[in-house]
Amino acid sequence: MIRRLLSLVFALCALAAPARAKDELVLAMTQTPGTWNPLISSMLAKSLISNMTARPLTAWDANWKLVCLVCTELPTLANGKARVIDLPDDGKGGGKKGMEIDIELRDMRWGDGVPVTAKDVAFTLEVGRHPLSGVASSEAYKRIIKFDARDDRHFTMTIDRVTFDYNSLGLSLLPAHIEKPIFDANPAEYRNKTAYDTDLTNPGLAFGPFRIVESVPGSRIVLEQNPTWTGEKPHFKRIVVRIIENTAALEANLLSGNVDYILGELGLSLDQALAFEKRHKDKYNVVYKPALIYEHIDAMLDNPLLTDKRVRQAILLAIDRKAISEKLFDGKQPLAHGPISPLDPMFSPVARQYPYAPADARRFLDEAGFTDVRNGIRHNAKGERLSIEITTTAGNRVREQVAQVIQSQLRQVGVELRIKAEPPRIFSEGLNRRNFGGLAMYAWVQQPEGVPRSTLHSDEIPSAKNGWSGQNYPGYRNAEMDKALDDAERELDEGKRRALFADIQRIHADDLPVLPLFFRVDPFVIPKPLKGVVPTGTLNSSTLWVEQWRWEE
Amino acid sequence: MTRYLASRAVGMLVTLTLMSFVVYVLIGLMPGDPIDMMIAGDPKMTSADAARLRALYGLDKPLVERYLAWALQAVQGNFGYSRSFGQPVLAVLGPRLLNTLTLAGLAFVLSAGIALPLGIWAAAHLRSRADYLINLLCFAGISAPPFWLALLLITLFAVFLGWLPAGGMADPRPGASWIANLSQQLRHLALPVLTLTLVQLGAYTRFMRGAMIEVLRQDFVRTARAKGASERRVMWGHAFANALAPVLTILALSFGGLLSGAVITETMFAWPGMGKAIYQAILDNDYNLALVGLLVATFATILGNLLADLAYVWIDPRVSLGSDGP
Repeated sequence: MIRRLLSLVFALCALAAPARAKDELVLAMTQTPGTWNPLISSMLAKSLISNMTARPLTAWDANWKLVCLVCTELPTLANGKARVIDLPDDGKGGGKKGMEIDIELRDMRWGDGVPVTAKDVAFTLEVGRHPLSGVASSEAYKRIIKFDARDDRHFTMTIDRVTFDYNSLGLSLLPAHIEKPIFDANPAEYRNKTAYDTDLTNPGLAFGPFRIVESVPGSRIVLEQNPTWTGEKPHFKRIVVRIIENTAALEANLLSGNVDYILGELGLSLDQALAFEKRHKDKYNVVYKPALIYEHIDAMLDNPLLTDKRVRQAILLAIDRKAISEKLFDGKQPLAHGPISPLDPMFSPVARQYPYAPADARRFLDEAGFTDVRNGIRHNAKGERLSIEITTTAGNRVREQVAQVIQSQLRQVGVELRIKAEPPRIFSEGLNRRNFGGLAMYAWVQQPEGVPRSTLHSDEIPSAKNGWSGQNYPGYRNAEMDKALDDAERELDEGKRRALFADIQRIHADDLPVLPLFFRVDPFVIPKPLKGVVPTGTLNSSTLWVEQWRWEE
Repeated sequence: MTRYLASRAVGMLVTLTLMSFVVYVLIGLMPGDPIDMMIAGDPKMTSADAARLRALYGLDKPLVERYLAWALQAVQGNFGYSRSFGQPVLAVLGPRLLNTLTLAGLAFVLSAGIALPLGIWAAAHLRSRADYLINLLCFAGISAPPFWLALLLITLFAVFLGWLPAGGMADPRPGASWIANLSQQLRHLALPVLTLTLVQLGAYTRFMRGAMIEVLRQDFVRTARAKGASERRVMWGHAFANALAPVLTILALSFGGLLSGAVITETMFAWPGMGKAIYQAILDNDYNLALVGLLVATFATILGNLLADLAYVWIDPRVSLGSDGP
């Protein structure tokens, strides 16, 4: 009887054994995408898949160079497709300048055969600007004050200001022929009725190399080649993306062959990848791509202990970031010297850098008045103990380890650090409401040549008055910094802009409202037969070039 | 019976209403709102955007007013939309409930099916070597953290032996036979069901064993033996029915808990179920989804309790469902 049962089980196993052809790729990632509408919210899990089914107008490639994906040529001042113009008088005195940008769309078609046209762009802008559409950030859409379509593939956009990033148009298009009737019926209900959530497998929602043919929420998304795609033909006929939230289970799935490749942008953690590489480097190439993810510590400038910049400088001087990177990250994470990545074209090597110098740290603390050392902890003349709380996200093992090392290093110079780990949502709330006592360790995601306005400009300090928007959580105010940030955004000349970026980095390094730690790397564990995966390190994921991925045994 | 069921239905309705209010208020009082999370994720959001979105989602209104608006819609069958998924809450939860029922139901049937006879057998062979071994295994099962057990099973059966998939749900192939698709389903279910079964098995066996030991000491069992009843008759005919009542209560309650409590197993095996959905909804401040998910779990627990009460009557004729009923 038992033998018969076992034979039946083995027969079933044999029947169900994976019989995947090489034209199918099974991917995995750790997050479930939420709403699929590209405008309603931004989410990495969603964009990793959406980038296979559609493309933004422009994107940053792996060399951090801006390229056209849906347009034929990147509009620039040099090629005459972008111009500075005088804006018509808006009744507030006039004299304002703006910009005009000419775009020619590539010959592309939605999956149902309808061409991608300027009507789609106009509709996307309409949804983005509408107060009831549910779009999170409407600023980029509101900046476009005029839209003139010359024909289906040529149009001109007028923006309300002069800004250097005029041609960074990460606009994700909506299919007007499907979405417009839904939107027009009731804009306030659009976010709940959009075809992206009610009819996701509608071929008309995709104009990229793939289209979604099946979605089992929380489990998998299945994509197949889009027959109307006009670009390079993809090598895979079918892509299955599995959602596996636990990274240990993710690794086991990879090793068991249940998954071919884990998307590096949303996959294994760095420590996991380092250990994995040691054990399985014969079968996998591990690529550590420095990303624009800025790990740092915000200093609450309202805290009297942190008001004096010498204390902040001393703290940074007392942290051996190089040793942390080498011990915890195998030296893979590049040190941050400020908000601009050393790999960014706008990085300034001239700005002050803070090496590990505990003697200097002690001297700075002495100068700041913390001279009285009792039980290893410094006190000032008022008897205030130099004891600071550092808050970080609970569950992020790497960050918790870093906090512990920093705690121990600061103790060496007489600074007591109290670690407080909070669940991400509690932590976010504390940051948004500026409700953290001393230091807060977390990361920002940036884009190449991005002006760090939202984190350093005094207009961006969250408060009840501004609805707790803005990301200048330390509460940093410096008129010189504000001016440099404003000017950098407006400066069209690259050389002058570079000088302004250098100013921003110099002022930041001197004032140190934020203590830079590292730029995180995304580990890409790529099976050796999988070719063509090029990590970008930016928000524009590697899946934007999925048609180049191929399997070569 | 009808009167009893009607009174229980009313009680159930009152409990669910109270629970909905308590859960809504508790979620609402948690730090942060959905817009805070959007701001944290999008540096380009302005104060005007934040104010616009709070008004759009009704977050600018007092908590009680928001609850009343939701309750009014809920009684009309509209439980609202999930903010994260942009879909009606029931459309998001429906398939997940089915997934959890499949997983938890199979694990429940298996664990109860093994645990009850095992517990009885251990009680009948008290302090024997087999009893000690069963106890040891029970404590091992109770003590093993589900995530560790899951990883162990994945490593053994998926990575080393390669017999079973490491997780996820079956991916039906177009054109494949129904038997191939069914076997795919079963292969994907095997490890999560085994994990949940092993986690529950120890506790159920210990409950059954304890209840049986207690009953076997009763006078009526001694009388039955004195009257010459066979050991089989004593165990199954007399002791089992009496020992089953307290175990049933525990089984009923634990089944309700399984609907929302299998979160670790569901996460480890990438099984999109209720537990995972509720947990994520709470983290994401998805009020409607978290609320309805928790209400479904509450309903399942109350229903389990009711079924246990009805089962008492079936297994013990002394219990009646009158005004002094259970």
